[in-house]
Amino acid sequence: MAEGSKDQGGTGTADPEEDSPNMIVYRKIEDIVTRIQDEKAGGVAIRTVKSFLSKIPSVVSGADIVQWLMKNLSIEDPAEAIHLGSLIAAHGYIFPISDHVLTLKDDGTLYRFQSPYFWPSNCWEPENTDYAIYLCKRTMQNKARLELADYEAENLARLQRAFARKWEFIFMQAEAQVKIDRKKDKAERKILDSQERAFWDVHRPVPGCVNTTEMDIRKCRREKNPHRVKKSVYGVPDDGQSQPSPVHISSQPTRKTTKEDVQKEITFLNIQLDRHCMKVSKVADSLMSYTEQFMEYDPFVSAIEPSNPWISDDATFWDLEASREPTQQRVKKWGFSLEEALKDPAGRDQFLKFLESEFSSENLRFWLAVQDFKRRPLHEVSSRAQEIWQEFLAEGAPSSINLDSHSYERTSQNLKDPGRYSYEDAQEHIFKLMKSDSYARFLRSNIYQDLLLARKKVSCIH
Amino acid sequence: MACQGLQKGETLESLKRESETLKKKLEEERNKLNDVELHQVAEKVEALGALSMKTRRVLKGHGNKVLCMDWCKDKRRMVSSSQDGKVIVWDAFTLNKEHGVPLPCTWVLACAYAPSGCAIACGGLDNKCSVVPLSLDKNENLAAKKKSVAMHTNYVSGCTFTSSDMQILTSSGDGTCALWDVESGQLLQSFHGHTADVLSLDLAPSETGNTFVSGGCDMKANVWDMRSGQNIQSFENHESDINCVKYYPSGDAFASASDDATCRFYDLRADREVAVYQKDSIIFGASTCDFSLSGRLLFAGYNDYTINVWDVLKGTRASILFGHENRVSRVRVSPDGTALASASWDSTLRIWA
Repeated sequence: MAEGSKDQGGTGTADPEEDSPNMIVYRKIEDIVTRIQDEKAGGVAIRTVKSFLSKIPSVVSGADIVQWLMKNLSIEDPAEAIHLGSLIAAHGYIFPISDHVLTLKDDGTLYRFQSPYFWPSNCWEPENTDYAIYLCKRTMQNKARLELADYEAENLARLQRAFARKWEFIFMQAEAQVKIDRKKDKAERKILDSQERAFWDVHRPVPGCVNTTEMDIRKCRREKNPHRVKKSVYGVPDDGQSQPSPVHISSQPTRKTTKEDVQKEITFLNIQLDRHCMKVSKVADSLMSYTEQFMEYDPFVSAIEPSNPWISDDATFWDLEASREPTQQRVKKWGFSLEEALKDPAGRDQFLKFLESEFSSENLRFWLAVQDFKRRPLHEVSSRAQEIWQEFLAEGAPSSINLDSHSYERTSQNLKDPGRYSYEDAQEHIFKLMKSDSYARFLRSNIYQDLLLARKKVSCIH
Repeated sequence: MACQGLQKGETLESLKRESETLKKKLEEERNKLNDVELHQVAEKVEALGALSMKTRRVLKGHGNKVLCMDWCKDKRRMVSSSQDGKVIVWDAFTLNKEHGVPLPCTWVLACAYAPSGCAIACGGLDNKCSVVPLSLDKNENLAAKKKSVAMHTNYVSGCTFTSSDMQILTSSGDGTCALWDVESGQLLQSFHGHTADVLSLDLAPSETGNTFVSGGCDMKANVWDMRSGQNIQSFENHESDINCVKYYPSGDAFASASDDATCRFYDLRADREVAVYQKDSIIFGASTCDFSLSGRLLFAGYNDYTINVWDVLKGTRASILFGHENRVSRVRVSPDGTALASASWDSTLRIWA
């Protein structure tokens, strides 16, 4: 094992330039495992445990680790501590001494800490040649406990076929490693062997276990040196056949900041300085009242009638929502704001019905027409813009709306080169008008009140 | 107001100094309005009861990591996309797979359901976003009807339809966002300002709004005006990549999830971060987030395979959901708020209620 070569990041400190997102987590975990091992500073006691005729050096129980995590990371629920501990194990920082499966158990199961040499923050991407050497070396050791597991034996067989031509080389490397290992002291060997095995459990996991070395492809390409020569675990020189790291989309070199960039920044900052902002106390009150108003409609917080379809497997709740008869609760929402009323198709219909009864529906119809207009495909924009003008704004228009002269001018200018936002000003103006005038009257109207109070209509039968 | 610095002879250095001065001034001005913390004001809000959310459905069918999902407006159907190049449309209520669209590229990072329910959009490593009309005929080869709409110069990280089937908004690893006309494939507006990959975007929920928020690897969350392409507001509080941004239901605020293991909450009217959701025991990055219907809860999916449920107002954690066996890549609350869907690298989707 090439652990002797300290220049390969023996202390576990990786190149500071590599601040990939994974590194953030690794650093946090490393901080945790360093603290756990520091007995003087409240860490766990790492002991040698006697077992039958032998001694097990440098171990700690799963329960101790769980306790430490709960105490030092303010975790109340042991299940959470076990989950976090299992992830720390899955990433290769702690491991059970008698199992290939990297999880944490809250009992007397014995665990050991991984050597910093093998820490993931060293950006290991071990080649199959290294893995072949490792498995081959294992078969040369006579101890029963080091026998290959089934999946390892299968892997070895596969590698023997794949590397048939250079198997002699691999075999020699394995023999060399065995020689090096034999020179080490017995207790030290036990520890190193287990750490090496745990390393391979991370990089060649047991089938069915999560491979925690998998990367999010969106983050991979930012590696600063994607074509660096990958270091071998066993000091095998790179024969030039190693694959580059799997995912290197061409990374954009970071552009140097130009004068223009900074000028844009300055303009932006000045706009921000001119902006009128609200106090936090005010927005906090606003957020609270919005949330409190809608909590009765929030299925995660309040019970819904008759039942949540996902829980009861009964879709009645959805059928009721889709029916022509909105519930009182739903009608109540239309009274929260004009926005809410227009968001609900039933609310829109009732508001329109009310306005038609007053012969003043042109404002709402204009607003709805512009909403629809913004959703049209590009090639329809021009013609539709004209149609809306003819219907609502032109001289003698059939549904003439009342726009202030300023908005009217702006809109008529916009239409010289019509676009999806040509009616934006006009729409905003009309919305404000409806909000302050007809919407308030709608809420007081019989049409709305009847629905809100669920008053039955008296049907005249003559 | 500071001078615009547009005269000749202004060096890069002096401009940078001017910018720094303005930044400090802006921070001072904003801090004057920071008279109280949101969680302090929220002390008077009634505490939430215990949340008893459980897995109600497990959707199996993808062969590899599920990277994205989106609900249909009908509140029960959804579309999901995977690393194996497959896009599946499900009736999540019955677990029925209704459509399967195999795509030629792997890592389909983004997918969205059209408002009409008649089409889906998807994209990823192919640098494109394509729209696929959904046919009632189960035997029809949907992949053949796929139509490329968006073209970026790097991976497409997010996509959403606007209020109609006619426009899509995309975010990309090329550092830009863009608005496209679906029928013609024409670029309607592009949004420049991020200095690294954009990983997420969300449209403002307003009926009348024309803004959206984006977040990216430059650790910034930017709010944009869709009409002009201008960056209206910007927030730089995270310490690492922002993986997801999502509006609070009123549209006055939004949340973000980041690799720095925190989620944050920003109010647009106060123009500042008003809450940070974090815990000593949460050390893995947050990849996704979404609000419950009232905005009281923020669901966030993490790279430690869990979903943490945060009390948005009080800033505390209301619950933790275990179940997934690998990273959670996406969480989305259904349109009527009755369920939470989660997608994971363990190749399944789960419905929680």
